[in-house]
Amino acid sequence: MPELHLPWLELSVLIPLVGAAWIALLKDRDRARTLCTLVCGVTLVCAIGEWLDFATLGSFEAHDHWDLLHTVFHRDVFVIDELSAPLLPLGALLYLATVMTTLRTKSNRFSFHWTLVSESILLATLACRHPWLIIALLAAATIPPWLELRQRGQSTRVYLFHMGLFVTLLVLGQALAGPAAHAANPPIVAGCLLTAGALLRSGVCPLHCWMTDLFEKATFGTALLFVTPMTGAYAVMRLVFPIAPSWALQSIAVLSLATAVYAAGMALVQRDSRRFFCYLFLSHSSLVLVGLEMATPIGLAGALCVWLSVGISLLGFGLALRSVEARTGRLTLDNFHGLYEHTPFLAAMFLLTGLASIGFPGTVGFIGTELLVEGAVEVYPLVGLALVAAAALNGVAVIKAYFHVFTGTRHASTVAMECRPAERATILVMVVLIIGGGLMPQPGVQSRYHAARAVLDHRRISTEPHVSEHPLGAVSSRKDGPAAAARSESHHEL
Amino acid sequence: MTLESVSQMLGLVVVASPAVLLVALGVPLLAGLKLSEGVQAQLTKAAVVVGLLTSVAMLCLMLACGSRHVPIELGNWVFIEQEHFHFHLKFVFDRLSVPFVILSFVLCGTVGAFAAVYLHRERGYSRFFLLYALFLLGMVVSALAGTIETLFFGWELVGLSSALLVAYFHERPGPVRNGHRVWTTYRLADAAFLVAALTMHHLTGAGDFDGLMGSGPWPGGVAAIDPWSALAVGSLLLLAAAGKSGMVPFSGWLPRAMEGPTPSSAVFYGALSVHLGTYLLLRVSPLLDVSFSLRILVIILGLVSAILGTLASRVQSDVKNALAFASLTQVGIITIEIGLGLRYIALIHMIGHACLRTLQLLRAPSVLKDHQMLEDAVGQHLTGDDVNQPRTATGFRLALYRFALHRGYLDATLDDWIVRPFTLAFRWCDAMERRWTNLLSGGPSRESDRLSPYGDSLEDVA
Repeated sequence: MPELHLPWLELSVLIPLVGAAWIALLKDRDRARTLCTLVCGVTLVCAIGEWLDFATLGSFEAHDHWDLLHTVFHRDVFVIDELSAPLLPLGALLYLATVMTTLRTKSNRFSFHWTLVSESILLATLACRHPWLIIALLAAATIPPWLELRQRGQSTRVYLFHMGLFVTLLVLGQALAGPAAHAANPPIVAGCLLTAGALLRSGVCPLHCWMTDLFEKATFGTALLFVTPMTGAYAVMRLVFPIAPSWALQSIAVLSLATAVYAAGMALVQRDSRRFFCYLFLSHSSLVLVGLEMATPIGLAGALCVWLSVGISLLGFGLALRSVEARTGRLTLDNFHGLYEHTPFLAAMFLLTGLASIGFPGTVGFIGTELLVEGAVEVYPLVGLALVAAAALNGVAVIKAYFHVFTGTRHASTVAMECRPAERATILVMVVLIIGGGLMPQPGVQSRYHAARAVLDHRRISTEPHVSEHPLGAVSSRKDGPAAAARSESHHEL
Repeated sequence: MTLESVSQMLGLVVVASPAVLLVALGVPLLAGLKLSEGVQAQLTKAAVVVGLLTSVAMLCLMLACGSRHVPIELGNWVFIEQEHFHFHLKFVFDRLSVPFVILSFVLCGTVGAFAAVYLHRERGYSRFFLLYALFLLGMVVSALAGTIETLFFGWELVGLSSALLVAYFHERPGPVRNGHRVWTTYRLADAAFLVAALTMHHLTGAGDFDGLMGSGPWPGGVAAIDPWSALAVGSLLLLAAAGKSGMVPFSGWLPRAMEGPTPSSAVFYGALSVHLGTYLLLRVSPLLDVSFSLRILVIILGLVSAILGTLASRVQSDVKNALAFASLTQVGIITIEIGLGLRYIALIHMIGHACLRTLQLLRAPSVLKDHQMLEDAVGQHLTGDDVNQPRTATGFRLALYRFALHRGYLDATLDDWIVRPFTLAFRWCDAMERRWTNLLSGGPSRESDRLSPYGDSLEDVA
C-alpha cells in the first residue's frame, strides 16, 4: 500500500489526545481556551498535510509513513482513501472553528479537554476502515456528550436510549455479518441491523429525537460537533455500503428522503432557534444519505460534494447562531430580534452560510445539489422532485430564521455585540471556502466523482467476485484512462 | 481582430460589468471597510454605463453584420465527461436578449441615479446598492442565458435580491414579513423551474436551449419535442413564470413588494422583475407552437391575471399598490399576446410597459405635489367628481368590489388551504415528538419550553 511522506494520520489523532490530557490539568480557563485553539490549529495543519500528501500520491488509499500501529499490531489501523481524505481536514476545521468562536464568557460551560478527546476520536474514526474498530470508535464518541449532559444536570435518558440502541444494533449487525459479507450474497438480517444502527446515528425519522434532545440539553458547541461531521453517513459508507445490495440501498434512500422532507417541514414550524438548526441539519444530512444510497456515480459524487458543502456551510450557520446566542441567550423564533445593526457581520455570515447550505448559485453547495438531484432523477424521477421540494422548504426556513433573528425590530443593546477578531477571521475563512468553492467547483467535483467511482468499483468487486479474476484496470480504464489505471494499482494491492 | 473576437469581447464585458460591480461593493463590506456614498454611486454609474454602451455596441455590430444570433461560449463551468454531465456557461445575444438587456441597463441606470439621491444618508444605503448590484447581475445573466442552467443561476439571484429589498426597511416587521412571503413564492417558482430544467435535460439530453428549440435564431426556432412533453415542461415553466411575474395565483406578493423603497419597487417589481416570467415564456415560446393545450393554458393564465389586475388596481387606496396591480394587468395582456404567438408585439409591449411603469413609480412619492402643480396651472380643483359620478351599488357590484378589495381572495385561499394545513400538520408532529421525548425522559424534556420569550432588555451574557 502506498505510504504518505509523514505520519500525518497518527499525528492528527495523537496531538488532540495529548492536548486534552494537558488541558485537563489546567485550572485557568483562558489558558485552556488558548491552548485548545492552538492544538486544534496544529491538528488542522496535520490533517491538511495528510490531504495534500495523499493528493500527490495519486493512489486510491495510503497509510502513514513510520506507521507505529502497523509495527505493533501488524495490520493497517489507520488508512485513508479517496472517500475519507478530505473528511479529515473538514473534521479538524469544524473543531478549530468551534473552539475559535467560543467566547470567553462561555469557557466555563464548554469543556475544552473533552472537545479535544472527541476530535481525536472523530479523526481516528475517519482514518480507519476496519468495521469493528469503527464501531468501537463510534461508541466511544458517544461518551463525551453524555458526560456533559450529566455534568449539566440534564436528563440523559433520551440520549442513552438512542445511543445504546445504536451501539447494540451495530455490534449485533457486525457480529452477524462476519468478515466474509459482501453485496453479492448479502446477509439480510445483519445488513438490516447495521443499516438501522447507522441510520439511527444519522437521525433518520422516526429515530431522530435524540438529536433534538441533544441540542436542547447540551451546549450548542458540543451538539454541533457531535452531529456536523456526519459520522452516521460515514458508518453507512463503511459498514453498510459494501455489503448491501443496490435495491436495499435505494430503499434506504427513500427512507432518508422522507426524513429530509419531514425535517425541512419541521424546521419551518420550530419556535426555538436550536431546534430549528437541528432540523435544518437533519434535512441536509438526510439529503446526503439519499445521494450516497443511490449507488450511481453521479448521485454518489453529488452526495460527496454536498457532504463537504453542508459540513462547511451548516457549521458556519450553526456557529453564527451560536455566536448570537452567546450574546443574547437562547433565541425564540416566535418574534423578531432585530440584531442586524449590532452584528452585521454575523448577519452576513448567517445568510451566506444558510444560502450555501441550500445550494444557492455561486456558493459551494450549488453544483453538489445539482449533481445530487440529477443522480436521484436517474434512479427515481419522483425522488428528484421530493429533493427539490425539500431544498425549497429549507430555503424558506433559512430566510425565515434570518429575518426573525436579525430583522423585524430595532434592538436596544446595553452591551457591545460586535464580532471578536477570532470570530471575524473564522467568518472570512468560511466566506472564502463558500464563495471560492462556488466559483471554482470543478476540482472539487472531479475529485469527488473520482472518489465515487472508486468506491463503486470496490463495491462492484465485492458484488461480482469473478471481476477480481480479471484485471480491474480492464473494467474501469474503459472510462477513466489514467485515473482508473491509478486505481487499479491500488485495487491489486488490496 | 476579427468580428467574432470583437463580439466575444463585447459580450464578455456586458456580463462582467455587473459582476465587477458586485465584487467592488461586496468585498469592502466583508473586509469591514465603508465606501462613501459618492464612491458607491460612481461605481454603480460606471458599471451600468459600461454595460449599456457595450450592449449597444453589440447591437450595432449585429445590425451591421446582419447577424441575428451571437453565442458567447465560456465553456464548461463543471463537467464530468464520463457521465455526460456538463454545466455549460453560454450567453446568447439575439433579437430577444439584446433589447431586454439594454432595457435592464437603462432602467437600472435610471433607478441607480435616482436612488443615489433618494436614499442619501439612509442607514441601509450600502445594503441597497449591494443588493442592486446582485439584482443587475441576475437580470443580465437571465436575459443573456443560453442554457437553462445559466438562466436558473440568474433567476435565483434576482429572487434573492428582490426578497431582501422588499425587506429593506428591516426595523419594522411588516416589510420583513412581506419579504419572506415574496421569497416563499419565489422558492416555489424556483422549484418548478428546476424540475422543468431537469425534465428538459432528460428529454433532450442537454440544458442548451438550442437542443430544445432547434438551432434557428429566436423566434424562428422549432422545438424538437413531442406535444405531451412540451405540455409537461411548459406547464412547469408556466408555474415558474407565474410565481416570478406575480400572476394568478401568486399575485399576492405584488402589493406586498411595494413595502420596499420606491427605487427598488420601480425597477424590480414595476419594471424588470415582474417581466422576467414573461421573458421566460418568450424565450421558450417555440414550445407553445408544439402544444396547443399549452397555448390555451398560457392564454387563460394571462386573461385571469389581467382581469384580476384591472379589478384590484381600481380599488387600491395608495398609489404604489394601484400601480402594482396595473402592472399585473399589463403582464397578463403580454402573456395573452405570447399565447397568441404575437412575440414581437409582446416584446415591444414589455419594453414600453417597463419604461412607463418605472417613470410612474419614480414619480409616485411626489404625486401629490404633481397634482397640486397641475391644479395651480389649471387654476381649479381637480377632484374628478364630475367624471366619476356616484352611482347606486348593486349586489353584483358590491361583490365585485369586495372581490377586488380582497385581491381575489388569493392570499387568504393560499393561507387557508396550503399554509395553515401545512403548519398544523407539522405542529402536530412536533407535539407527538414532545410526548415521545417526555415519555422517555420521564418528565418535561424540552428546555426551550421553559424559556420566556426574548425581550429587548434581556441579555444573557453571564
